[in-house]
Amino acid sequence: MSMDAKRSLSSPTPDEERQPSLGSLLRTAVGMLVALTLLTGVAYPLLITAVAKVAFADRANGSLVERDGKVVGSRLIGQAFEDPRHFWGRLSATSPAAYNAASSAASNLGPTNPDLTKKSNERIDALRAADPGNDAPVPVDLVTSSGSGLDPHISPAAAEYQVRRVARARGLGEDRVRALVRAHTEDRELGFLGERHVNVLLLNLALDRE
Amino acid sequence: MTSSGILQIVVFLVLLMAAAKPLGAYVARVYQGEATFADRVFAPLERLLYRVLRIDAKGEMTWKTYALAVMLFNVAGFFAVYLLQRLQGSLPLNPAGLGAVSPDSAFNTATSFATNTNWQGYGGETTLSYLTQMLGLSVQNFVSAATGMAVLVALIRGFSRKTTSTLGSFWVDLVRSTLFILLPLSILGAIVLVSQGVVQTFGPYTTATSLEGADQVLALGPAASQVMIKQLGTNGGGFFNVSSAHPFENPNGISNFVEMFSILLIPAALCHAFGKMVRDTRQGWAVLAAMMVIFVPLLTLCVWQEQAGNPALSSLSVDQAASALSPGGNMEGKEVRFGIATSALWATATTAASNGSVNSMHDSFTPLGGLVPLWLMQLGEIVFGGVGSGLYGMLMFAIVAVFVAGLMVGRTPEYLGKKIEAYEMKMASLVILVPPLLVLAGTAIACATEAGQRGVANPSAHGFTEILYAFSSASNNNGSAFAGLSANTPFYNTLLGICMWGARYWLVVPTLAIAGSLARKKLVPTSAGTLPTHTPLFVAMLVGTIVVVGALTFIPALALGPVVEQLLAHGS
Repeated sequence: MSMDAKRSLSSPTPDEERQPSLGSLLRTAVGMLVALTLLTGVAYPLLITAVAKVAFADRANGSLVERDGKVVGSRLIGQAFEDPRHFWGRLSATSPAAYNAASSAASNLGPTNPDLTKKSNERIDALRAADPGNDAPVPVDLVTSSGSGLDPHISPAAAEYQVRRVARARGLGEDRVRALVRAHTEDRELGFLGERHVNVLLLNLALDRE
Repeated sequence: MTSSGILQIVVFLVLLMAAAKPLGAYVARVYQGEATFADRVFAPLERLLYRVLRIDAKGEMTWKTYALAVMLFNVAGFFAVYLLQRLQGSLPLNPAGLGAVSPDSAFNTATSFATNTNWQGYGGETTLSYLTQMLGLSVQNFVSAATGMAVLVALIRGFSRKTTSTLGSFWVDLVRSTLFILLPLSILGAIVLVSQGVVQTFGPYTTATSLEGADQVLALGPAASQVMIKQLGTNGGGFFNVSSAHPFENPNGISNFVEMFSILLIPAALCHAFGKMVRDTRQGWAVLAAMMVIFVPLLTLCVWQEQAGNPALSSLSVDQAASALSPGGNMEGKEVRFGIATSALWATATTAASNGSVNSMHDSFTPLGGLVPLWLMQLGEIVFGGVGSGLYGMLMFAIVAVFVAGLMVGRTPEYLGKKIEAYEMKMASLVILVPPLLVLAGTAIACATEAGQRGVANPSAHGFTEILYAFSSASNNNGSAFAGLSANTPFYNTLLGICMWGARYWLVVPTLAIAGSLARKKLVPTSAGTLPTHTPLFVAMLVGTIVVVGALTFIPALALGPVVEQLLAHGS
């Protein structure tokens, strides 16, 4: 580059001389924040809420499940089940109690943490105490806690593991219970997304209706 | 790996590559000020904005003015989020009656959202009112992402313009990113999410009586609108504490796919937009190819390790084998509806991009499964990376790669027709080296102080990994966590906040400085001696540069954390 070219570049160009002052940039910055707040923080969520109210009112409000006119839960949120007559769900690490849907949380136990093995062992013991004689290996989702602490699902294998216990506790035939499990087993969405799962709350509601 | 898992991953990657081209072409049109199909709705809004704010849409900024505008706008955003949190107790739209957030936590969250990190020191449903979530977090989800895109566009103009001192207008790039790219995609996506069961309501929390007689309070809120932009803008801060593991944020396989796809959609498309804007689309594909060359092997490692399960449970009577009836594998911290493959895919995507939302808990991953998200962040959030910031980070590595190649053959290095000289190299080195410095220094301080050690939840090597992960996340503006770490303390809120601030703006300024310097240069015509930067050879050199820098910097730290834990897990 020749010296002349260099000089012409380092002296201010017309564009450089027209640069806004600090004060004017600051005013624009604050004005821009207010304008974009109205657009993305007010108009956008209101628009989505309006569409949701019109088109998907049930889902937008939490997919609530009612029995005899009373809300008993949400199709999407798990509940604590300890009665042997009910199917049990995942372990839940929410506090102060399991399945606290006002405060989602995970165990965050690392893979080598002794507490993880301890919690799994306690679950295995509880499952076996409620179902003497069942020595089959326990499906892993039944002995581990979920990411949300609110997992509404178990695997079909975890449901099958509990069929005998629930049938015995209710005095129902295993085939009847198994049929209910099958009726509440949901396939992968669109046939390939996610995993097959059983909705524990809906299954237990159906059992209670028997 | 299961066959259904492989199918989901393949469909995901194929659709992502297929979407990159049309969206990228659209994005390029938006930034070049050309007509698009969104004009009918959004162009009048755009003109209105400029008129009200008295912005000259043709006004040009030098790199210094551009950088100053970025800083002022972001600082204003920081104060808005900070004040909203401190005052929310006396503001409307607070049905749960949540009080003021503590000063250190409010500082951390405001920094976190202004810098596009979206680290969650707080639990959404127990801390923030609907108003704070909407006016504070949702807005920053849009504008911090748009800021990243604007800076990228300024850098691209540095390459595509010649002998000029200006890079365009930050205000115009900010507005066009928001109005023409982020907002339309968010509206579409949020409606799809609500249709799947993501909640969207201003009503109060509902109380249910469970089948076994307990009261269950169901936290609700306007989540869908916020979840969609948190994914698209590679923000990641969840509406609820557990982010996209929460069934109200992510109820099923379809919502999961939409959200996961949105993490990588814009970063992938920006590669093609880059190619279009420098008038050589092969350049964009080469960069995207380099990203995929790093992404796919790491994804494979993560899925494989998670599906293999936890050795500590195999001594118990637990069935961890995958079958038609069970996902098997390491299910601690994972949701049944997602299983192993999509949890591992999400973990890889969310840390390759600087998203940081989770659908499973990384703290409970197997040692090597957890190493994947950790190292992807440490590479500098450039494999896809944040919207805008990922690609400008990647272009810094491209500058270093051509420089190294130039040294090898003894020629002046050029990239996209611009000579790369000492000034560009200095600035690129700053961009590349500052985040690792923040990661390692922050980790060292936390490990050496009582306040830092007290936050650790898991014993032994895993506890060290929790700290390393936190600083890797903050110092690369990711936002995901090994969440066992109790980081909502004055110590971590402050130190991590400083790392987030440094990592974002310390990089924006040198990036814009390079843009300004490049724009002043002449275009060097291609000659026989020019190193082509669209070939597999260059892709290999680029990947090599990234991996060597990332490996040399972090292998000692990784050896102390995940590697030791892997040996412990399999040794005993």
